[in-house]
Amino acid sequence: MNKKILNEILIAIENKKPIALVSELKTGNQCIVYEDRVSGLLSITDDIAELARASLSDDSSRRNGEVFIQVFNPPKRLIIVGAVHIAQPLVEIGKTAGFSVTIVDPRGAFATGSRFPNVDLNEDWPDEALISLGVDNRTAVVTLTHDPKLDDPALEVALRSNAFYIGSLGSKNTHLKRKERLKDSGFDEHQISRIHGPIGLDIGSKSPAEIAISIMAEITKALHAK
Amino acid sequence: MNDTLKHTKNYGHDDVLIQVSKWRNEGKEVAIATVINTWGSSPRPVGSQLGVDEDGNMIGSVSGGCIEGAVVHNAKEVMNDNKPRVLSFGVSDEMAWEVGLACGGKVEVYLERVE
Repeated sequence: MNKKILNEILIAIENKKPIALVSELKTGNQCIVYEDRVSGLLSITDDIAELARASLSDDSSRRNGEVFIQVFNPPKRLIIVGAVHIAQPLVEIGKTAGFSVTIVDPRGAFATGSRFPNVDLNEDWPDEALISLGVDNRTAVVTLTHDPKLDDPALEVALRSNAFYIGSLGSKNTHLKRKERLKDSGFDEHQISRIHGPIGLDIGSKSPAEIAISIMAEITKALHAK
Repeated sequence: MNDTLKHTKNYGHDDVLIQVSKWRNEGKEVAIATVINTWGSSPRPVGSQLGVDEDGNMIGSVSGGCIEGAVVHNAKEVMNDNKPRVLSFGVSDEMAWEVGLACGGKVEVYLERVE
């Protein structure tokens, strides 16, 4: 790998741009496939460039005969609504699992830098925050506030998106009431069934850290069930 | 680069290339190993990377620790001759001192020097 290719990859990672590195295994010659162009010493056919872009969209690196295509997609995202106690361990576990994490909470007392160092904090109202963040099929949305005024607007945006995971904290009873409210807002049973509630795999979690583990486990399961 | 490493720390291949670049900027010889194919129950998926510097320091992984030793040994040769190569590892014979995967899988690893 030459220095120029390495630097181009690092710049793409920094700028969160999806790229694929194509390596010719015999010679070591390489090129980088961007969404709209190809750069580097190795010249490739249109078919390989297309395969590289297809590999990016299904997020899997692959060998194709004498070339290897390696995808570098931006990190998957975890959006947590509610800067509550459970969010603190969930931020750490999410980052360790490779997610880029954002906390959304318009209540200034909760989303403070001292409670959440090194994480993006968004103090907009949850629906506006989610719309501006842009929820896609590489995004997990978790609501933790227990407060319908904050959770519901976020869930409504999430349900209209391709989020690969939507989870909402609350008891079975709370979740039933939530489902009723969402039905009143015009969502049908099938759409609402995308929400994981009560949130997390059932591993008997009690403490905030244990609940965060069960949430991250459920997100992981959803990610690989795609 | 230190800050970048801290903020993007996600135990994925991004960290590997950031550390590799750091080593290279310090003037060290560096090689990158990448899993390019797997069969059966190999522990790390295609695309997983291991960076190695000339002192044998490692970042990332290409297996559950089963073949890293052999990959580091080969990495030193790649640092010397600058010829990329593909290494194959299969099932180990647990009774012999042979490098392989105890899980019964097979992996192919592409090894290249960072120029």
